[in-house]
Amino acid sequence: MKKIKDLFHFFFQSTKGLILLGITSISVITAVWGMLSGPMVEWGVRDFVVDLLGMDLQSVERSGRIIMLYHVIAMIVTAIEVYMITSIVPMRRHQRANINNTITVGWITTTIFGLAFGYFGHNYFYHGLFLVGQSLIFFAGLLLTAALYPWRKHFLVEDKEYAHTKSGYDLERMAFFIMAVSMLISAGFGAVTGSFWSNGHETFLAEDLIRVPDKTALQKAVIGHLHIMLTLIAVAITLIVGRWMDFKGKLHKIAMPTMMFGTAVISGGVWSVVWTHMAHTFIYVGSVFVMFAALLLVIYSWGKLIKDRTAELGLENPTFGQKFIALFHDPIKFGPFWQMVFMNFTVSGVGIFMAIKLEQIFRVWPAREERITLTGHWHILSAIIATIILMYYIDIAGIKGKMRKWLGWTIIIGSDIAFGAATIFSMKRLFVTEYYQTPVVNWTMLAMDFGLGIILVLVGGILIWRLKDLFSSDGLWSKESASPELDLERTSVLTQAGRDAIKKEMEI
Amino acid sequence: MRTLQNTFFISLLVITGLFAEKPMKFVDTGINPSTWALVPAGEFYFGQHQHVVDIDYDYEIMITDVTNRQYANYLNEALEKGTVYIKRDTVWGYHPGDPFDAYLHEYEIPAGDYPHVPITNPGLRLDYEGGMFNPKTGYGNHPMVEVSWFGAKAYADFYDYRLPTEKEWEKSARGTTTDDYPWGNTVQRNQANFVSSHNLFEKMFGDVVKTTPVGFYNGKNYDGYQTMEGITPYGLYDMAGNVYQWTGDDHPKVHYRYMRGGSYQSYEYSLRVWPRNSAGPEHTSMSLGFRCARTPVQMEIAPTDTSE
Repeated sequence: MKKIKDLFHFFFQSTKGLILLGITSISVITAVWGMLSGPMVEWGVRDFVVDLLGMDLQSVERSGRIIMLYHVIAMIVTAIEVYMITSIVPMRRHQRANINNTITVGWITTTIFGLAFGYFGHNYFYHGLFLVGQSLIFFAGLLLTAALYPWRKHFLVEDKEYAHTKSGYDLERMAFFIMAVSMLISAGFGAVTGSFWSNGHETFLAEDLIRVPDKTALQKAVIGHLHIMLTLIAVAITLIVGRWMDFKGKLHKIAMPTMMFGTAVISGGVWSVVWTHMAHTFIYVGSVFVMFAALLLVIYSWGKLIKDRTAELGLENPTFGQKFIALFHDPIKFGPFWQMVFMNFTVSGVGIFMAIKLEQIFRVWPAREERITLTGHWHILSAIIATIILMYYIDIAGIKGKMRKWLGWTIIIGSDIAFGAATIFSMKRLFVTEYYQTPVVNWTMLAMDFGLGIILVLVGGILIWRLKDLFSSDGLWSKESASPELDLERTSVLTQAGRDAIKKEMEI
Repeated sequence: MRTLQNTFFISLLVITGLFAEKPMKFVDTGINPSTWALVPAGEFYFGQHQHVVDIDYDYEIMITDVTNRQYANYLNEALEKGTVYIKRDTVWGYHPGDPFDAYLHEYEIPAGDYPHVPITNPGLRLDYEGGMFNPKTGYGNHPMVEVSWFGAKAYADFYDYRLPTEKEWEKSARGTTTDDYPWGNTVQRNQANFVSSHNLFEKMFGDVVKTTPVGFYNGKNYDGYQTMEGITPYGLYDMAGNVYQWTGDDHPKVHYRYMRGGSYQSYEYSLRVWPRNSAGPEHTSMSLGFRCARTPVQMEIAPTDTSE
């Protein structure tokens, strides 16, 4: 009984356990639901899974099912990021507990009843609880925003290497705060539209509307909603891994205001899509600032990796070659920032190219081809975020030595093969005429399946290792329970004003 | 950089060379592509959300896509009459243009000559020799592909037909049911030509040939390959899969032309009766053909034309 209680405590009360729970859930969902599409259909795997689990897949409801699945996965990713944020941004203990508990109940409810509604039969009970789960996540977001409120003297920057105002307010905290506020407002765009569902608003997939000249306000709201939510998830993970690398110094002082401004402008731009054609101008401006902040983080991180490794080797004046080798020494820390660079080739670069050549090339292609490029574009961004979370998790789990290197390089190489192949697949018309496309299609599909498959196997291996560990009474899980928070440097510290406030509360 | 680029393209060419096409054998489906089906006036369920729409007139529609044989015959007649001409290895013809509203991203299509069929495109299943078009061996009863919307419309105009509107097309596919596919709510791999059915019919046609003869999925057994009947309530074939089909509407503000039905490249969800695909009217593809509609005429005995 005590063991069960301890395990419950680990999974629901420790940041490390909560992150593991989230990653496990996404992995299981990806593994099972991944068997419902692509080559799995031709191999008969889908029919087997559908029969085995008793799924109810009406063809006419496909769009709705996909929307439910996207929401479920997005909610869990958001929860994982929230767990990380509540651990790395200083806040009161009860605030952290309230936020984490609320969002945990929220995403679990959303996941169970969202998938039940989408894949196992419709009823008001399932859909109602799906909405309750999402409402709880929104409420957790409100609590998080309140906890992150940066203009309070309870937490101030002490180490002046971190970006701060003259009064000592923490600019990284402000960047998190702006991201959280933007996310809450952006969620509203989806929620408002959702409230019209079956009441004048009909289910649609955004990629099916790309060539509809006059979209309704609700359709525009949903298109904006999905774009900005993914963007803000990307902003959040950028800030999180920045803290993991102890981002500080001049670059931090430039990056944080840049990120804050970029996040605000890009969010405002996306919201304005409901009302104005000018929205893209704001979005481009905001994107430049956000990407510039990310670039500064990449420069800082790679510099730090080189500096730390050469210092570890005792090299006072390392050569270029030694620096180069040092950069690749730890793929788990090199990887997230490499993925941010790689993203420019497979996501941002493709997006910009599409925007520039829209009239000349992409609008001449069949809509289905343009659709493949668009959906590939954001699937790749989502998957890149997932690999960054995974690499951070491998570090959190304390995996070291050769295993760390194997895992790191497998994730980087596997995912980049898959994403590179997906990009070639989606852009194949640019360099191969349709008649000769069969081999390109076959090889790129194979590369995608190989790259993603190898990562899924790897994640499966990690989860089996963690599952085995749960049976040990003094396993890693018990150590993580004892030290539940992420081990890193925080930008601000509790001030005397903060201590006084806590003391006052205790007296009350 | 240039060397790298050249190596990449040469490698692609070498790989693609390995997949060169083998000679095609003619497969008689027993379906006459010159047959028309009558679709009576009345309401039907349109689109994914099944809005009730009324088409208040009868019309007829071809029971199959226009075949390579039919299109080759047309081209030969049209060249003789001068309604189309050949320039720079392409068949061209006149189009009076679309109304232009200067809408954001609007695709302007002024009056002028537009490409109909790219003659040297390897995906085209017609040969042009001695001033005559003929289907390539074995492809006579496969759907005509690599034809632009202009080329499809020119064919229809030439015989006083028209391209079906999107609504006419969907009613022809779905009838008055709420089914997802022309014959029900599921699709089997031997019922239509789509991605998942490839490994079955590729045994007959090879892995580069992607189209099947029109009306192929009619319940017939072809040398041991048993097909299911993939037929609509009005008796049309190939309304799901094989090749996408141009529809006739010009969509104001964008001027794309919508394509319906899914193709051999599509997953099954694109074979449902409502998903749209679209492209500029000059677009051609190996997976894109068309069929025609017309105002009903007195019942006539269609000449049998199942020949190669």
